Amino acid sequence: MSIGHTLLGLLESGPRHGYDLKRAFDEKFGHDRPLHYGQVYSTMSRLLKNGLVVVDGIEAGGGPERKRYAITDAGITDVAQWLATPEKPEPYLQSTLYTKVVLALLTHRDAADILDTQRSEHLRSMRILTDRKRKGDLADQLICDHALFHLEADLRWLELTAARLDKLREAVAAQ
Amino acid sequence: MTAPAGSLLAAERLRKAYGPTLALDGAEFSIHPGEVVAVMGPSGSGKSTLLHCLAGIVTPDSGTITYDGRELSAMSDARRSALRRSEFGFVFQFGQLVPELTCVENVALPLRLNGTPRKEAERAALTWMERLEVDDLRRKRPGEVSGGQGQRVAVARSLVTGPRVLFADEPTGALDSLNGERVMELLTDAARSTNAAVVLVTHEARVAAYSDREIVVRDGRSRDMERVV
Amino acid sequence: MSVRRWAADLAMGVRFAFAGGREGWTRAVLTAVGVGLGVALLLLTTAIPNALAVRHEREAARTDITFVDSGQLPSGSNTLVVANVGTDFRDDTVRGRALEPEGPRAPLPPGVEKFPAVGEMVVSPALKRLLESDSGELLRKRLPDRIVGTIGESGLVGSAELAFYRGAEGLAPHIDGGRVTRIDHFGETDPSSERMDPVLLLLVLVVFVALLTPVAVFIAAAVRFGGERRDRRLAALRLVGSDSRMTRRIAAGEALAGALLGLVFGAVFFLAGRQLAGTAEVFHVSVFPSYLDPSPVLALLVAVTVPAAAVLVTLFALRGVVIEPLGVVRTARPARRRLWWRLLLPLGGLAMLYPMVGQGRANGDFNQYLVVGGVILLLVGVTALLPWVVETVVSRLGAGGVSWQLAVRRLQVGSGTAARMVNGIAVAVAGAIALQMLFAGVDGDYTEDTGYDVMRAQMQVSVPSEVPVAVAAGKFRRTEGVEGVHVYSEGYLGDRRRDPEKSTPLTVGDCAALREIARLASCRDGDVFAVRGAEYDTDLGSLSKPGRTLYLDPTYAPGPKSREIPWTVPRDLKDARPRIGMTGGEQGGFLVTPKALAASAVPGLSGELYLRIDRSAPDVQENVRNTAAAVDPLAYPMTWAATEKSGRFTAIRTGLFAGAACVLALIGASLLVAQLEQLRERRKLLSSLVAFGTRRRTLGLSVLWQTAVPIALGLLLASVVGLTLGAVLLKMADTAVRVDWASVLSMTGIGAAVVLVVTLLSLPPLLRLMRPDGLRTE
Repeated sequence: MSIGHTLLGLLESGPRHGYDLKRAFDEKFGHDRPLHYGQVYSTMSRLLKNGLVVVDGIEAGGGPERKRYAITDAGITDVAQWLATPEKPEPYLQSTLYTKVVLALLTHRDAADILDTQRSEHLRSMRILTDRKRKGDLADQLICDHALFHLEADLRWLELTAARLDKLREAVAAQ
Repeated sequence: MTAPAGSLLAAERLRKAYGPTLALDGAEFSIHPGEVVAVMGPSGSGKSTLLHCLAGIVTPDSGTITYDGRELSAMSDARRSALRRSEFGFVFQFGQLVPELTCVENVALPLRLNGTPRKEAERAALTWMERLEVDDLRRKRPGEVSGGQGQRVAVARSLVTGPRVLFADEPTGALDSLNGERVMELLTDAARSTNAAVVLVTHEARVAAYSDREIVVRDGRSRDMERVV
Repeated sequence: MSVRRWAADLAMGVRFAFAGGREGWTRAVLTAVGVGLGVALLLLTTAIPNALAVRHEREAARTDITFVDSGQLPSGSNTLVVANVGTDFRDDTVRGRALEPEGPRAPLPPGVEKFPAVGEMVVSPALKRLLESDSGELLRKRLPDRIVGTIGESGLVGSAELAFYRGAEGLAPHIDGGRVTRIDHFGETDPSSERMDPVLLLLVLVVFVALLTPVAVFIAAAVRFGGERRDRRLAALRLVGSDSRMTRRIAAGEALAGALLGLVFGAVFFLAGRQLAGTAEVFHVSVFPSYLDPSPVLALLVAVTVPAAAVLVTLFALRGVVIEPLGVVRTARPARRRLWWRLLLPLGGLAMLYPMVGQGRANGDFNQYLVVGGVILLLVGVTALLPWVVETVVSRLGAGGVSWQLAVRRLQVGSGTAARMVNGIAVAVAGAIALQMLFAGVDGDYTEDTGYDVMRAQMQVSVPSEVPVAVAAGKFRRTEGVEGVHVYSEGYLGDRRRDPEKSTPLTVGDCAALREIARLASCRDGDVFAVRGAEYDTDLGSLSKPGRTLYLDPTYAPGPKSREIPWTVPRDLKDARPRIGMTGGEQGGFLVTPKALAASAVPGLSGELYLRIDRSAPDVQENVRNTAAAVDPLAYPMTWAATEKSGRFTAIRTGLFAGAACVLALIGASLLVAQLEQLRERRKLLSSLVAFGTRRRTLGLSVLWQTAVPIALGLLLASVVGLTLGAVLLKMADTAVRVDWASVLSMTGIGAAVVLVVTLLSLPPLLRLMRPDGLRTE
């Protein structure tokens, strides 16, 4: 999961302090693993260096947590690109995909597109596996089937998410 | 958007409403000879309606469907029926075999509807049943064979007229995964060997994986994933 | 198992019968209508014996002329002279009596309140209607008397009976115990339990059985309307936990509901039918609605039997069915139908009827049990044989178009349902064919071969002795449509004034007339001939001695004194040889030309006129009858049978035809229901067939074949059984076997019409079901 893209996405709705960013991330995505402050500072400084965010202002009292960040145009483009690029189909993608979907909803992008794109990517892999399975021996078939079933599980989760996008949108907006 | 060059069957801006429900709302589609296209989408999205329109079973409220350079929606019901008899094949999820006819008679049925003499039709039917590995069922009635076997009989029937387009609506929907995959394998192999185009409506990814590309139907609108990417 | 559980389950079934929205209602009402019609017919049939009994009583109560005791009764204050002045009008018989009360205590006929005076008459309501109508105008001329009242129901044997009583005077001299008699009461003093004509009894028995068997078959079919849908409902009940016995009881409850509602419908239909029966006339027999009063025991029997039968039939039908929670399973593939026991039924029926072949009406009553049993076995044999025939034939049907193949294969899989549906039709048609054959044969028997030479004359009028025959003949010659009249005066000669031992007829006529009845070498007016060697004339030889005195119109004890006019055998008696006369027999005795007859002999002779009429002239017979009535009220015209087109059989045929058509229409309705149900069940299949381009015509035709094949087989079997039964019955009645092809064809025609109508009516739903909506999986 790309923390940088996630924080960038969170900034799209308006400038925030580093402390706010950590709290928002923890609430929405970090259910079991809260972000360390250090992770936030190092990520933000990398983004700052790459020109994706700027420092919008520093409140009195000093300290790194008092810096307020804002996203740049380059930053917005970066988020859009990241969302539109399907993940390489592999097991245990859900946390990344989930983040992407929520971010898309938060930033008023079309979450269904993300799902369709991802499905297409998955199918591409599945076609290759299916083709190999058809041409291979029994061992090949069993190995391919294992992969296919995993991919299918992801896809089914995708379909389910897509079917629940409206509910998710409400939930995300409420937070 | 116009139909891509070389497409066998193409649809543009299809709209179809059943009462107040809009089943299709500007759907597009095209397929080339020998191509297998999966039509995916959540249930109720209009997949089946798209298939029915493409096959000329249902006439869309507006939009055009071109088959082999001819405008399908301009044809009379009788012409479209004749087209379905001779150039299209159909496989459905279930309930499509005539329970009283034996399997070989079921497979021969489309040929007989076209006027082929019984003997000849049944000989051709048997050839296809052999290819789909169900020729030993020829004397059995559909009620006496398993779901997978019945579905293979249905596939044999859909191919017996040498159709140029094969329409399959959830062909494996009622089968377990092993049988479903076997049916898909046989269906796509047979279609490819005759250069028939296959319109495959399914919601299962592993079935869709037998296609060359997929389009997604959502809320009556279609999305051709190949062009997007 | 407690009664309460039973009742609860049955009640649940009753509720189910009416649940299920419009469809449930339709099914329940259809079942009820079917059962109701059956019940109404049953009630009507149980009422028929009663109706016939009432008719018989009424007939007996008004009997006047008994052909016995004539002339013994002296005139008194309590006597009445009655003359039979009945007539025929077209095909109808009009019962007519002239009444002359001889005292204040003269008996009134039943249904009449006051004796009509001379020139007045009281008539039955039906006759009144006829006389007042345009078509009755000719009859009105014959019965000009003023109508002063109507005959009450107690004096009539049917609502459509034509009858009148007219006032008369001067009847006493005509008393002969035959047409005119003196009575002091109406009704038979010694009501002879008149034996029914065995052949008529046979007819009645066969009518009962032939009508009731299809009704029973139909009721059995009616309670099974909507069977497949019910099976699914029952399966759903099993799923939620009812056990298999409960389910059966619930099914029985459903059938019971239909049957009970059917009983109500039946009662209503019966009451309506009873009123209708009051206006109908079958075989010239009509009844009053009040006659049709089913005996309470029989009505109760119907009320108990029908629901019980409905429950039993349902349980029997579910016998081979296992209702599982997930659907209905027919236990294994039923074994191939066996022929032998099915053949036993009709063969048994034939065996029961066979001993009575050739018995006819001369050899006493038919064994009623054998007749009923035999006919029932033969007809029920149809229902047993038909499933086998359908199965056997259908399994051999092969090549043909797609529609044919679809239909045949469907029948091969489930021919039982089809056969069951057609059973009713087959039984009805078989019964109707047999009945019509029997009616046609027996009817032909009655009108055939009367011996009359209808080429020479077609009507005969007898006129009383006081009417001068020449005058009468003149009147007939002037009647429209009459082409020629042969005039004779006839009398009887005896060797003594009273109780002669030997007698011979005497016939007066001109030479031309005499040549019609005998071969004369020569003839001049003034000649007298003796016909030598005529059949049944044994006494002429001894009586024809010239100079011997014989007596015309001798008296026979104990009758009243006759005229006893002496007549002397002339010396120049000529011989004549007999010839077959117009009445089909040889006329013997003396033939006298008018000049040779003394005026004194004329009162001893009565006139017989033989008329040759133009049969194509409209109402010529009615004109003749009117002339006869004008000549003398007691003049008696007869139409010779062969010229009369018998209307009786036409009426029966129409009645049977209508009855059979109703039964067939009813069965058609049930066929339609079954057909629609089957189509609905195949909705998905139909849609997929349409998807791959099946023509609507192909599917429509397959529906047609599917109905037509079993019905064709049913009608074929019905024709065979019907013709066999008809032939056997005719042989039993000792009547020549003739096939009434018209009825066979008409019955078959109705059957075919039913097929067509059922197919046509199932086409719109078929087309609707063929729409692609059925393909939608969600």
